[in-house]
Amino acid sequence: MTEDLVSIFIMGKRHVVPSGLTIMSAMEHAGYRLIRGAGCRGGFCGACATVYRVPGDYRLQIGLACQTVIQPEMHLAQIPFYPGHRADYSLDDLQPTFEAVVTTYPELLRCLSCGTCTKACPQDIDVKQYMAEAMRGDIAAVADRSFDCIMCGLCVSRCPAEEVQSNIAILCRRLYGKYLAPGAEHLAKRVLEIEEGMFDDDLASMKSLGEEELRRMYDERDIEPE
Amino acid sequence: MSYTPQMHQSLRKVESTRQARLHEAFPMMEPWDKRTILEKYHPDYKAESMREIRVGVSRGQRMPLELADVIEGASHLTSDTLDLAQVDYDTDVLVIGGGGAGSSAALLARENGAEAIIANKLRHGDANTIMAQGGIQAADKPGDSPAIHYLDVMGGGHFANHPDLVEVLVKDAPLVITWLEDLGCMFDKEPDGTLKTIHGGGTSRKRMHSARDYTGAEIMRTLRDEVRSYPHEITVLEFAPAIELIMDNKGQVAGAVLLNIETGEHLVVRANCTVLATGGGGRLHYQGFATTNHYGATGDGLVLAYRVGADLAFTDTMQYHPTGAAYPEQIVGLLVTEKARGLGAQVCNIDGDQFVYPRETRDVEASAIIRECVERGKGVATPSGRVGVWLDSPMIDIIHGSGTIAKALPAMVRQFGRFDIDIAKDPMLVYPTLHYQNGGISLRPDGSTGVPGLFAAGEISGGVHGRNRLMGNSLLEITVFGRRAGEAAALQSQEVQLGKLTLTHVDRWRQELDEVGIENPVNSPILLPDYRRELR
Repeated sequence: MTEDLVSIFIMGKRHVVPSGLTIMSAMEHAGYRLIRGAGCRGGFCGACATVYRVPGDYRLQIGLACQTVIQPEMHLAQIPFYPGHRADYSLDDLQPTFEAVVTTYPELLRCLSCGTCTKACPQDIDVKQYMAEAMRGDIAAVADRSFDCIMCGLCVSRCPAEEVQSNIAILCRRLYGKYLAPGAEHLAKRVLEIEEGMFDDDLASMKSLGEEELRRMYDERDIEPE
Repeated sequence: MSYTPQMHQSLRKVESTRQARLHEAFPMMEPWDKRTILEKYHPDYKAESMREIRVGVSRGQRMPLELADVIEGASHLTSDTLDLAQVDYDTDVLVIGGGGAGSSAALLARENGAEAIIANKLRHGDANTIMAQGGIQAADKPGDSPAIHYLDVMGGGHFANHPDLVEVLVKDAPLVITWLEDLGCMFDKEPDGTLKTIHGGGTSRKRMHSARDYTGAEIMRTLRDEVRSYPHEITVLEFAPAIELIMDNKGQVAGAVLLNIETGEHLVVRANCTVLATGGGGRLHYQGFATTNHYGATGDGLVLAYRVGADLAFTDTMQYHPTGAAYPEQIVGLLVTEKARGLGAQVCNIDGDQFVYPRETRDVEASAIIRECVERGKGVATPSGRVGVWLDSPMIDIIHGSGTIAKALPAMVRQFGRFDIDIAKDPMLVYPTLHYQNGGISLRPDGSTGVPGLFAAGEISGGVHGRNRLMGNSLLEITVFGRRAGEAAALQSQEVQLGKLTLTHVDRWRQELDEVGIENPVNSPILLPDYRRELR
C-alpha cells in the first residue's frame, strides 16, 4: 500500500511523513523519541504545547501535539517547559476575595485585555474574559469559565503583560471549591456517622460472610432506579 | 474527518431506532451468562497471552507476556556501578511517582511531620490520574452506605478482593471527598450544595461524583498545586524516574537510584521509607491493544518492587475499558468516559440495535462488545480496518435536556470536535481498550507491603479490586491508599535506623535469572515505550 506522504518541518528540519498523523506521531515517525513534550497523549495534561506556522501565513498558530493533525509544509516546535511563576501561598491562609487574589498575583492588574491569551488557548477557553472577571473579583465566574484549563501554559507564553493566567485560574478555582461552593449536608452527615462507627458492625458482618452468601446478596441486591 | 458514507448508513439506522430505544431497557446479564461471556471473549482468558514467571517470590504466577518479560528483566545497574556513600538527597519519605496516589502520599507524609521527595519520570502530574474522566465513588447519600458500596466492589471484583482493603476503601471514601473539597476541588453540585451523583457500571446506588468529565484532572491539578504550597517540605524532582530500589544491610528498603532521564546521570536518594506509586503498565500494550494510559505507564514500580521481594497479586487480570475510541484513527484507544453510559447513552451495533445492558461491569461490557464485533459480525468497520460499535451519545441530551452533553462531557465534546464529530448530534464509534491493571503489589490496609520500609498505593497495588475494578474506584483508591501510605510511611520513618546502603540484591537477582536460564533479558524498567519508526 502506498502511503500519502507530506513534508513537514520539525524545528526547521524537513521530514517526510504519512499524512493524517498527529504532530506527536509525526515527530515519532520522523525518529524523535520524546521525553519532553509528551504526557497523557490524550489532550488532558498539557505537556505537548506546540507552536506552528503554515506557508503563506505570517501568524503563529498553537495546538496540542497529540490532538493536532499535521498540515503539509507546516513548521513546528514544541514548548518543552515554561518557567511560569506560581506564587507562594497556602490556601488555608487566604480568603475568597479580590484582595486575596490581587495580593497573591499583583500582576493581575497589568492585564491589557488584548485577547492574545484567548487566541492561544487550545481548549478554546476565553482566557481574556476570565482575566476580566478576576480583575472584578468574581472568583466564581473565573472558576467556572477556566474549568477546562489543562495548564499547558500557551496563554502564558504569549502574554505581553507577562501574566500566568493558568495559575491565577487555579487559585480562583481552589478558593471557590474550598470557600464559596455551597456545602453538601449529606456528606458532612455521612462523615460524622462514619467517625461515630455507625457502619462498623454492618461492614464487619459483611466481611464475615462466605463467598456463596455474599454472592447471593449481590445477585439479589436492589438497584436504585434512574 | 467526519464519518464515512458507509458509517453514515449505519448511523441512520441508529437514529431510526433511537426513539424506541429510549423506552427499551436491555436486560442485565444473568450471573451464569456473565461467566460464560468472560471466559469466551475477555482478553484475560486468552491462554496464549499469559505465561508464568520463573523467578522471584511469586514465581509460578501468571501474567501477560509483555509484563513477564520486564519482570524477568535485568537491572540497569550492578552493585558496583555506583558509590552509594555519595548521597545526593537524604529524606524521610521518598515517593516514587507523582500522580494522584504519590501526591496524596507526599501531602500526608508532610502532615505527619516528615520531609518528602516526589520523584517523577516526566512532569509532576503526568499520570493516569489526570486522564480519569468519569468520577469517584463514595457512599455519602441517604439510601446508600459503605456496606452497600462494599457489596458492589466485591461483586464487581468477582469476590476475589481482599476484604480488609475493600473495607477501608469504602469507609474512607466520604472522608476523602471532604478532604478534596477542603483542598478546593470543585465537584459537580446542585445549587443547594448536594453533590451530583450518577450510576456507573456495576453500581447499585448513584454514588459517582464528578467534576464535569475532567474529574481526574481536577483532582490532580489540585493535589499538585497543594504540593507546590510546601516547597521546603516536599521536594519535587521531575524527569527523574527510579531505576532501582536501594536496600540497606538490615534488609530494609532505603531509597532509590534515580536516573536523570535527560543527561543520564544517576542520583542516589536515601530515604527512611519509600512509597511506590508508579501506576500501571498500559504502555506495554498487552496483546497489542491500544491503551488509554499516559506515556510513562510502563510497569516500572512492579519491576522494582519484585526485585526486593514484594509479593504480587492478580497480575493475570487487566482491565479493558469497554469504550475506547475506535474512530477517528488519530485518537484510537483513547478513553470515552463511562460517564456517557452513566448519563444514559446506549451501546448499539451496526443495525442500530442494543445488544448489552449499558452498565454491566467493565469486564462483561467489554466482552459483549468484542463478541458483537468478532463473533456476530455486527460491528462497524473503519477505513483503517478497525471495527467498533456505536455509543449513542445524542440520547443524553434527549433524556436530560439540551445542553447536558456540553456541560457534563466537555472533554469528550472537544476531543471529537477536533475531528469534526459533534457528539451531541452523532454517536461515537468505540471498541475496548487497555485501561487498567487490576492487580499489582500485595498491599495491607495501611499501605505497607511485606518488605520493610516499602509502601505502595494506587494502580500499582493489587487486592482491593479483586479481578475487576468498578468505575470510580480508582480515583478513590489513589486518594484513600495514597493518604494511608503517606501517613504510615511518615510515622515509620521517624523510627527507622538505616544501615549501610547496598545494591547487592541486584546481583543476586541477576544470578537468579542466570540460574533458571533466562537468556538476554531486557533491561528493565523500560521507562518509556519506543514509538519511533524503525530507522535505517
